[in-house]
Amino acid sequence: MNKYVERLYNGLVKENPTLVLMLGMCPTLAVSTRAANGIGMGLSTLAVLVLSNLVISLLRKMIPDQVRLPAYIVIVASLVTVTELLMEAYLPAVYEALGIYIPLIVVNCIILGRAEAYANKHAPLLSVFDGIGMGLGFTLALTLAGAVRELLGSGTFFGLRVLPASVEPIGIFIQPPGAFLVIALFIIIMNAIGIKTRQRQLVENGCSGCCAGCTAPCGTKEAGK
Amino acid sequence: MNHNLLLIIISGALINNVVLSQFLGICSFLGVSQQMKASVSLGGAVIFVVTIASAVASLLYTYVLAPLGLDFMKTIVFILVIAALVQIVEMFLKKKSPAVYQSLGIFLPLITTNCAVLGVALTNVQNGYNFIESVLSGFGTALGYTLAIVLLAGIRSRIREEDLPAPLRGAPIVLIAAALMSIAFMGFAGLSF
Repeated sequence: MNKYVERLYNGLVKENPTLVLMLGMCPTLAVSTRAANGIGMGLSTLAVLVLSNLVISLLRKMIPDQVRLPAYIVIVASLVTVTELLMEAYLPAVYEALGIYIPLIVVNCIILGRAEAYANKHAPLLSVFDGIGMGLGFTLALTLAGAVRELLGSGTFFGLRVLPASVEPIGIFIQPPGAFLVIALFIIIMNAIGIKTRQRQLVENGCSGCCAGCTAPCGTKEAGK
Repeated sequence: MNHNLLLIIISGALINNVVLSQFLGICSFLGVSQQMKASVSLGGAVIFVVTIASAVASLLYTYVLAPLGLDFMKTIVFILVIAALVQIVEMFLKKKSPAVYQSLGIFLPLITTNCAVLGVALTNVQNGYNFIESVLSGFGTALGYTLAIVLLAGIRSRIREEDLPAPLRGAPIVLIAAALMSIAFMGFAGLSF
């Protein structure tokens, strides 16, 4: 397989950041009340991820190793601010719907995780494709979670009514508890059909994937405590 | 006035619980709740850092960013301030209070990545809170975080003994427990003054 296509496949399926690596759970749980929100959040994260991977990859030989995490945070935070301002200007409806979760893209584990795991070791173009793949994988998972919650909770699909009016939607699914239930359901299904996820990391290692500020190397006892 | 301040704490801790209704700090909520003792220590560290971070962020915003018209820089400034603050708190505790450091130390670096800290700082600005309101809102939110993680740790110590169907083991059952807790916390939405 072409190495660029391989990156896309890796992000979308093999190492899907949300469903397999279990990263970025905060936005996944928070904005998946509607399928359209999932696409909005997914694509804004994709934009930041592609640009941060590109910039970090271009600067990878210049950033001293000891200060790389603060440097990455500044790069990511700047890109997030740019994205936030652009969305406020051109997509006010999406900006309103996603609210505080747009600036919080800064602390999304996926972005710093990819910077650490991929972009600081690979060429710019490959890193861009890695960003696109991971971003699309995140968008896919968010939209899927959003679609399930929207269908069960309000009986619609992307705002279009699909369930007949006689079927009462289960309101709890668009409330906060529904988010936990739907993600639990996804993991149960993946467990049942035998897809290995890194959920161990999620429930046993607080800094899953090891993001900024985690001084202990990932996966060590200290990081997990 | 006092009435309002109390409401800010209660709203932060119970009505808009940071983990169970706003989904901030999920990583550490699911990760550290494995052990009761660790959860209590992390909760303590979060209360400490979030309260201080809210105070510093509020002062910075009111006296530096807003007068200079730089409020679009708030995300960058806040995240750097929080990262630096955690480092300073860690060094300070190590020097001045080794006993507290022993119990909180390893959790402090984890807190930088906790989106709850940045989330509270940004929400305070969004709500236009003044200094005292920001500090109380930070304190209330962190209290809510501690309550949620300690409760979940208690539930998980019971779950561990149970014989569960294989696909439910690990993350799913923890998420379901969190969902039930979240339903219970929705009851607080009826609290009004």
